[in-house]
Amino acid sequence: MTVSPSPLAVENATLGYGRLAISEGLTVDVPDGEFTVIIGPNACGKSTLLKALARMLKPSAGRVLLDGRDIHSRSTRTVARRLGLLPQSPIAPDGITVADLVARGRYPHQGILRQWSARDEAVVAEAMEATDITDLASRSVDELSGGQRQRVWIAMVLAQQTPLLLLDEPTTYLDITHQIEVLDLCAKLHREGRTLVAVLHDLNQAARYATHLIAMRDGAVVAEGAPADIVTDDIVEKVFDLPCRIIEDPETATPLVIPRARPRDLG
Amino acid sequence: MSTTATGTPPTTRRVTGLLALTGVLAVLAVLSVAVGSRAMDLAEVWSGLTDAASDAYPVVTELRLPRTALGLAAGAALGLAGALMQAMTRNPLADPGLLGVNTGAAAAVVTAVHFIGIASFTGTLLAAFAGAAIAAVACYLIAGAAGATPARLALAGAAITAAGYAYVSAVQLLDTATLEQMRFWSVGSLINAHTVPLPLIVGLIVAAGIVGVLLARPLNALALGDATATGLGVDPRVLRIAGIAAITVLAGTATAACGPIVFVGLVVPHVVRAYTGPDQNWVLPYSMLTGAVFLLAADVLGRVVARPSELQVGIVCAVVGGPFFLYLVSRRKVARL
Repeated sequence: MTVSPSPLAVENATLGYGRLAISEGLTVDVPDGEFTVIIGPNACGKSTLLKALARMLKPSAGRVLLDGRDIHSRSTRTVARRLGLLPQSPIAPDGITVADLVARGRYPHQGILRQWSARDEAVVAEAMEATDITDLASRSVDELSGGQRQRVWIAMVLAQQTPLLLLDEPTTYLDITHQIEVLDLCAKLHREGRTLVAVLHDLNQAARYATHLIAMRDGAVVAEGAPADIVTDDIVEKVFDLPCRIIEDPETATPLVIPRARPRDLG
Repeated sequence: MSTTATGTPPTTRRVTGLLALTGVLAVLAVLSVAVGSRAMDLAEVWSGLTDAASDAYPVVTELRLPRTALGLAAGAALGLAGALMQAMTRNPLADPGLLGVNTGAAAAVVTAVHFIGIASFTGTLLAAFAGAAIAAVACYLIAGAAGATPARLALAGAAITAAGYAYVSAVQLLDTATLEQMRFWSVGSLINAHTVPLPLIVGLIVAAGIVGVLLARPLNALALGDATATGLGVDPRVLRIAGIAAITVLAGTATAACGPIVFVGLVVPHVVRAYTGPDQNWVLPYSMLTGAVFLLAADVLGRVVARPSELQVGIVCAVVGGPFFLYLVSRRKVARL
């Protein structure tokens, strides 16, 4: 099997905050054209890894490589044309409209001499179309529901027109319907040819939507590969300390994790 | 505001507003020349401007015009500094006055005058810059540097402001000469306009103003949070350093020339945002113009209400700005920008 070069990778990196190291000697390749989901228990270092991939956290040792070059050696604007980021809790300024918020995604394509153009306008319209928020264009973001708001943020990142997208827990704070809506949208973006990396909490959703899983624990990668190979009772127990059975999801034929009942629950 | 409920105000509306604001500013500038302890009618102002032999000429050219020019420059500087500070900290209560920048500049100025014996304006100006920069950095560090929340910034700023004011008052009470020399300055006044080097002041404010207005686009990205801004290609740290530099020069110059004037930087951007919406490309230029309008109007008012004496512009600003600040604090969504 030939492996296409990884557009984004972490190479032997030490990641942490101040003197607290979360990961040491971490090496991760983000496979090109896949929908990668990072899973693991709380405090396993998955958000830290995503922050490192997004250049928000500089490794104290090792490197993060974008297209084979150290991400911190390139201008943050150049990186922003390759790599889009949807953080966990972005902030919408009071009173901003949906169209104006999405338009801010064009920032890395503009400059003092390169102002707003018809091309920017078209890209913003396309991003709103893709996320089904065209009807909301002139609404104030404050008035939207959680699900609508998340679609607006995704549209903003899409307007950035990057082949790589990083999403930090994009389904947090959403009800189940909106979680599925956002994940369906991510799957569509992946089918259209983008490389996605997301951190997700829900193991079953990860198994259902990801094409590549990275399972982490205590700052290290425990296993990675296709969901069918990774979501096994062995690995789930090893990563989450959760005794479980794996059955086939009757809808998608992906693995479905069923936690085992504890003896007292059986009565 | 109805504008935010139905969408962004159209560009035509914002351009019209800008023109109207410029018109108001022009009228106020004329009023500011005409009004004083001796009121003049327009004919007198005109002869004072054009006829070197007229009675009004010395008053207009030596006292009134410099005062108007300083009011314009300082008002624009304070309005822009406030808007930049609010955008950078994403804190609607941020203001160079409230975050201790103006008081820091004032404390450094009294130190320079009293302990070092500096008398020149350039010396005062340099001291004001140093004081403003130290206060801005101290406020940022006390509030917890990168982890600074809007609330912590406001608290740290309040502490620095209180300490700075106490220090300024103490020095002035210990030294009656300094007190006399700086009596008007320390409450914020345009009365010394004829004694300061206007070209230098205007030049500094214009230069820092250009830098400030150029930060509008990255500040629009920063408004979405530091993480989102990074994703869009903005380095929040570099942006904040550039912003603090611009604020230091703007607020430092205004303070060195007029004394510490609070509330202009706080009130102006709020009024502006209610009209323009949150786009910094409009908020920043609007804040400059509105700041100038606010300060000139306050100065004219101060000269009218206490005739033949006058009320210092800093006092008028505080009287108008104080209640507005209370209104802001009492509003529910005050923590978000």
